[in-house]
Amino acid sequence: MSRVTVPGPRRPSEDVLNKLKPVITKRWLSPGAWRRDVYEQLDGYKALRKALTYEPGDLITFMKDSGHRGRGGAGFPVGMKWQFVPDDGQEHYLVVNADEGEPGTCKDLPLMMNDPHSVIEGIAIASYAIKANRAFVYVRGEAVHAARRLRGAVAEAKEAGYLGKDILGSGFDLEVVIHSGAGAYICGEETALLDSLEGKRGQPRLRPPFPATHGLYQKPTCINNVGTIAAVPHIVLGGAEWWKSIGSENSAGTMIYSLSGRVKRPGQYECSMGTTLAELIELAGGMEDGHELKFFTPGGSSTPMLSAEHVDVPLDFDNVSKAGSILGTTALMIFSDQDCPVVACWRWLKFYQHESCGKCTPCREGNYWMVRVYERILSGTGTPADLKLLTDACRNLLGRSFCGLGDGATSCVTSSLKYFKQDYLDYIDGHKQPLFDAVQIGAH
Amino acid sequence: MSYPDHIRDQAEQVMRRYPQGRERSALLPLLHLVQSHDGYISEDGIAFCAEALGLTKAQVQAVSTFYTMYKREPAGDWLVSVCTNTLCQAKGGQKVFDALADDLDIGHDESTPDGKFTLEHAECLAACDYAPVVTVNYEFFDNMDEAQALELVHQLKEGKRPIPSRGAPLCTLREMSVQLAGFEDEREVGLEGNAQGDATLAGARLAAEAGITAPAFDPTAPLVAKEEAK
Repeated sequence: MSRVTVPGPRRPSEDVLNKLKPVITKRWLSPGAWRRDVYEQLDGYKALRKALTYEPGDLITFMKDSGHRGRGGAGFPVGMKWQFVPDDGQEHYLVVNADEGEPGTCKDLPLMMNDPHSVIEGIAIASYAIKANRAFVYVRGEAVHAARRLRGAVAEAKEAGYLGKDILGSGFDLEVVIHSGAGAYICGEETALLDSLEGKRGQPRLRPPFPATHGLYQKPTCINNVGTIAAVPHIVLGGAEWWKSIGSENSAGTMIYSLSGRVKRPGQYECSMGTTLAELIELAGGMEDGHELKFFTPGGSSTPMLSAEHVDVPLDFDNVSKAGSILGTTALMIFSDQDCPVVACWRWLKFYQHESCGKCTPCREGNYWMVRVYERILSGTGTPADLKLLTDACRNLLGRSFCGLGDGATSCVTSSLKYFKQDYLDYIDGHKQPLFDAVQIGAH
Repeated sequence: MSYPDHIRDQAEQVMRRYPQGRERSALLPLLHLVQSHDGYISEDGIAFCAEALGLTKAQVQAVSTFYTMYKREPAGDWLVSVCTNTLCQAKGGQKVFDALADDLDIGHDESTPDGKFTLEHAECLAACDYAPVVTVNYEFFDNMDEAQALELVHQLKEGKRPIPSRGAPLCTLREMSVQLAGFEDEREVGLEGNAQGDATLAGARLAAEAGITAPAFDPTAPLVAKEEAK
């Protein structure tokens, strides 16, 4: 098998460099941009001042015009989500989902740590648009430095009158609470997050009713991802046409592509929507020496894996979907010919088994048993019937649980069986060294 | 059940953050708070939260056992978490975990008899661009290999506090639990802790070196057409 190796990081071509579009990440290189004074010098809180000169309804119209879509994985149009919150005088809430933790994702933590005021400013604008006087940021518990910086930013924003009573003389009041979770991936699911924020076990709710009408405390609630919210001030300053001009069709704006794995320079690359993996790998200095691309996830472990044949797929909502996967959170985990897709799936499934909240039987039991089937295969005692068993298990899991965690777990199994069946058969047929001793792990 | 006054004061502050009648929202922070005192979720801690919020002990326990960060046994001063999820594992995370388990002579979710260390294998820590990662009391030590991880633990054993790659200077797990309960880090050095590394800035640096910026815009352009605006 021939290996394509790139000798040393080299400068990407001009065309590829021009895919870079630093908007959300533009302040990251400025020392101290997490402080209010520096943030203000770099256009900070100008968008809030601008937004407050409009009626809330105008902001919702504007956000719809901008084509901005959610950055948390589902890509739901943001303006529409804001509009769904009924304006009927009831107390209602903005909840920001900052529970980043899907395997592969690593863009929200650097954003919150390096530019926390953009999150706070986005919250103020969004809350004004939906007329919410209270907002909560649900931060992943383990993200302690992000929470620290966010709490600092809230305190600073309050001092300057960007939060609290009568914000900048507009008559609009807003309280923001930074709420740390306690270590449960499922709380990134929006209804589980609401239950957790209410002080309960983080288990998803049956929908309908949807959070827009029956959310936090059964009151109308808008839930936006933290990356979605942090983009809002930029969009308000730049305008709807500007934001649309950066992205691709149906995918407005920039996206932070998080590259990890077998590339020379892993990291965060903010590019226009629709950048391809080939271009991103070039930006990242190429594959590591001696490694050839074998498979990757376009947007975290819950998105079906793609293979080397997909390097030229524009990574935006529509094109990734056409290629049979999901854009998700653009968390690109890049694996090479030296990584095994079967082992990767086994480890991901152990994650889903651990993180399943246990509410729905297909997810709780399905993941538990799929892990065992993988261990049988990886210990060299699997049979071809196990592959059918996995396919059946996925069929019984997909779409049969309250939330997407169970669905997400099937993604890697189904997609790896589609592209890399031979890797499974190699363990089954004894062509590959077993990963474990069958007796030791109790596989049978 | 006896908690000192400052814990009771802090508990009241936590409860006031949430709308009136919605105090149950304070349960997660309160559990972090009692953990800051006891080092784990004790029977007393459960009773304290139940009493504060008008819940039964069973209701509180149902919640505390759901979340990984609430420890059921007394945890060490230094909670060492090693990511062994797929990507970190591919880059050597499992080897790092095994080396630490061997050195500390404990397994997953176990503590050393001297109460100094708790070791755990963690599910994705949202730092895949720095794989493999280790955290100590949730502060990041990036791109670790076995030797570096062992050195980190040896320094902690000697009473030193190694500086994290990203995050604030280390504090003990109990001190960290106060922050998790929603209180600001009282140390000035806390907020200032480094938040960047090569991977964080990879794209931003490349763009800056090439002189690339986002397309220019007019910040005064109206958001909606004049006739639409009310």
